[in-house]
Amino acid sequence: MSEVTAIERPEEKRDEVESAVVRFAGDSGDGMQLTGTQFTLTAALAGNDLATFPDFPAEIRAPAGTTFGVSAFQINFGARRIMTSGDDLDVLVVMNPAALITNLSDVKPGGIVIADTGSFTDRNLAKAGYDGNPLDDDSLDKYRVVKIDMSRLTVEAVKDYGLSNKDALRSKNMWALGLVYWMYGRRRKASTDWLNAKFEKRPEIAGANIAALNAGHAFGETAEMPAEIGGYNIPAAEIAPGLYRTVTGTDAIALGLLAGTRLANLGLTFCSYPITPASALLHQLAAMKEFGVVTFQAEDEIAAVGAAIGASYAGSLGVTSSSGPGIALKMEAIGLAIATELPLIIVNSQRAGPSTGMPTKTEQSDLYQAVFGRNADAPLPVISVSSSTDGFEVAIEAVRLATKFMTPVMLLTDGYLANASEPWLIPDMADYAPFEVKFRTDPKDFQPFTRDDDTLARPWVKPGTPQLAHRIGGIERADGSGHISYDADNHQKMTDLRAAKINGIADDIPEQEIDQGEAGASLVVVGWGSTYGPISRAVNNMRNEGFNVAHIHLRYIWPLPRNLGDLLKGFGQVLVPEMNKGQLVTLLRAQYLVAAEGFNKVNGKPFLINELETAIRGRLEN
Amino acid sequence: MNVQTAPEKLTAKDYATDQEVRWCPGCGDYAILKSVQRTLADLQADPEQTVFVSGIGCAARFPYYMETYGFHTIHGRSPAIATGVKLANPELDVWVVGGDGDMLSIGGNHTMHVLRRNVDLQILLFNNEIYGLTKGQYSPTSHIGTRSPSTPFGSVDRPVSAAQFAIGAGGRFVARSVDILQKHLPVVLKRAYENKGASFVEIFQNCLVYNDAVFSHFTEKSVQADMQIHVEHGEPLIFGTESNKGLRMKNDVLELEIVTIGEDGVTEGDILLHDETNRPLAMLLASMQPPAFPVALGVLYCDPAPTYDGAVHDQVNAIKDEKGEGDFDKLLRQGHTWEV
Repeated sequence: MSEVTAIERPEEKRDEVESAVVRFAGDSGDGMQLTGTQFTLTAALAGNDLATFPDFPAEIRAPAGTTFGVSAFQINFGARRIMTSGDDLDVLVVMNPAALITNLSDVKPGGIVIADTGSFTDRNLAKAGYDGNPLDDDSLDKYRVVKIDMSRLTVEAVKDYGLSNKDALRSKNMWALGLVYWMYGRRRKASTDWLNAKFEKRPEIAGANIAALNAGHAFGETAEMPAEIGGYNIPAAEIAPGLYRTVTGTDAIALGLLAGTRLANLGLTFCSYPITPASALLHQLAAMKEFGVVTFQAEDEIAAVGAAIGASYAGSLGVTSSSGPGIALKMEAIGLAIATELPLIIVNSQRAGPSTGMPTKTEQSDLYQAVFGRNADAPLPVISVSSSTDGFEVAIEAVRLATKFMTPVMLLTDGYLANASEPWLIPDMADYAPFEVKFRTDPKDFQPFTRDDDTLARPWVKPGTPQLAHRIGGIERADGSGHISYDADNHQKMTDLRAAKINGIADDIPEQEIDQGEAGASLVVVGWGSTYGPISRAVNNMRNEGFNVAHIHLRYIWPLPRNLGDLLKGFGQVLVPEMNKGQLVTLLRAQYLVAAEGFNKVNGKPFLINELETAIRGRLEN
Repeated sequence: MNVQTAPEKLTAKDYATDQEVRWCPGCGDYAILKSVQRTLADLQADPEQTVFVSGIGCAARFPYYMETYGFHTIHGRSPAIATGVKLANPELDVWVVGGDGDMLSIGGNHTMHVLRRNVDLQILLFNNEIYGLTKGQYSPTSHIGTRSPSTPFGSVDRPVSAAQFAIGAGGRFVARSVDILQKHLPVVLKRAYENKGASFVEIFQNCLVYNDAVFSHFTEKSVQADMQIHVEHGEPLIFGTESNKGLRMKNDVLELEIVTIGEDGVTEGDILLHDETNRPLAMLLASMQPPAFPVALGVLYCDPAPTYDGAVHDQVNAIKDEKGEGDFDKLLRQGHTWEV
């Protein structure tokens, strides 16, 4: 354990490390998300690959100092390809005792804990549930603890700006950021530019924050840090050349939906109802009006999907978005879109459940709901997002499938991806082939339920088209004419056609590829969704250790790629890690009669790499 | 499917499909269907720009019988689906048709919001005070004591008044008519059509099978004159077989009273004039019930306001004007970027 000293530090010496995991944790009001976002930006500008994991409480303004009010932001950044936001922490910055008690167990032994002693008051210690002050006893001996009165130093640093003590303390996060910038040899310019722009109209606030940032940096620079905690250098990663930005999964899906509708030459009508963690998609698209995007905040989840269906009926692309409980409410209407064979996209940002569950915590437990969760035989394609940047491609694919096959498409993402960001090589839209929708306008032999020979899709007709007036509805439709039909044989035929149309999508999508390893390996890890990062890294590590293991990651959940069954049967073992109690694994077993085995966890957090390594090792070493 | 060959002048028949109408013989819905077809013919409405959207229930079969675009959707959700249609294409002329169960029970929430938003729709609520399609259970508009399969000893809950609900929800056009009033109903429908915004029309409709004659106390020919008052903007609120009864505001309380012209010194000049832009008056008229009062029919309230679908598109256009048509490549490069 180290004490802060004021010995002159010799010439700065930095240890080179390949990657580091840093978490900022504090009270909801401490600005931890903002601090993390700034650190992320600066890491990206330094050329590191990175992944982030914001973790914030469900309560908007939880009482200060409480454990349930702790907000944290984690970033893993490095000189190599970064696949996850990191298992264990190299550095934990805590702004109060509650942040320490709730985050300490994630710090690796020997890791650095930087604590603001100024907030370790008797009152805050009691709120966090500490009997004594952990900074004063030996309970933190296995970590390198840096005790700094950041509160006092921040107030001192900003005293020229004439702020109240309370306002001055708001800059404490910038002080901490400045210190961590120094630790990793980072430039402050991007953050000072950002502060100046954000507080353009309140220069005293910008000035105070910049002063705090500089003071934190200077604290490291002027050798007030304990001697054994030196600076680190993390070189730039080898990254494909091009122009980059960071995107969260939400950013990528919003852009992908707009890109998709542009490729389809369609209007985008986005209808949603606020729900955590899906609301951000509504916010993003609501701000894109100059692209003609129409957004509708409906009175409830059902109205949202209903309006989206109405929009699709009228010739725009209706998209709705929610999280599991909201998707449950939409299901009857989704059945209508299946029955009337209208395009529709349903984005599900999955969260821990059932019922309200843990709205801000991630899970991937809505696969059954997506594939099976409707009354009657009601198939629809289900596709999933496996990383924040992947959301762009998957959203475009959702638009393509919905319009080509005249069907609702369920797009699964999750609470982790919704908020997690990673660097994104900005795509060139010229690389994307347009798939312009052709509305039916020819009255010759028109019937609303005739089908394309190839796709089995019915024609899409915009109301307002001359000579094509017709009626559709939820009552079973006669094959061809679409008239109401209670005919038994017709129902059999239409049910078969609806199933065949969706099954036929398997012929339209790419065959499943192996992400890492060889076909026929001793064990294949099969994943879907946001587990991509940890599985990929774990399999990579195990292969480096000489294990004969492979990784398959599914984008298409339903229908499954047509070669998947044969592919899986060639492996010695099939292991399916999921953040649920075993949903994809059931689907694979049911479809292919393969002895796939689940590996499951539902603690609201992504898989750790070492959890997966242990699971793989356990199956290959016996 | 009937192919429209754009004749010189469309007649009511041109708005009818070749589908066999499957309401019970004698159902009030037939009369309403005829009225709507006649109204569209009178208006020479373009069938190809017209969409009928419905939910579930007997009334909701309506679109199948209209030679226009039509969408028979799910229970209660037709106002939401119609809202989506208007958001995608505000040029379409959209009618929403449903019953009291569809629009005031399972779909009450959507009815409220479509009215307060003032989405440009004609909303026809066929009120028969019963669930017909599910075989006769009482509905949210059934009067207390309604005996039905689900209330064999009589219902005990108080009904909702459709017109009062619509005014209360912020509807800007609220009107009423009766299935059998074949002269009155088309006039009301035309007014609804002409109004830009959510035009709510409650149509009292007789269910011959499950709730026959539930409105006969004011729809029977013999009582019509005394139990109905047909309101018209700017005209005195007069009714009665001898057209000598009228409505007047009480002096000291916010209530209407019935007076007789020629009695107690009352002259026609004392009778309240109908002002369809007066919301409190509309609420008083909507709340009148026999036997103490006649049922108010006609346009109770019409005070147009900007429509939701119009405002949404105006905003999109204003932002396009202000920022210029969106540049997608620029959007992709928004925020902090860096070159590797």
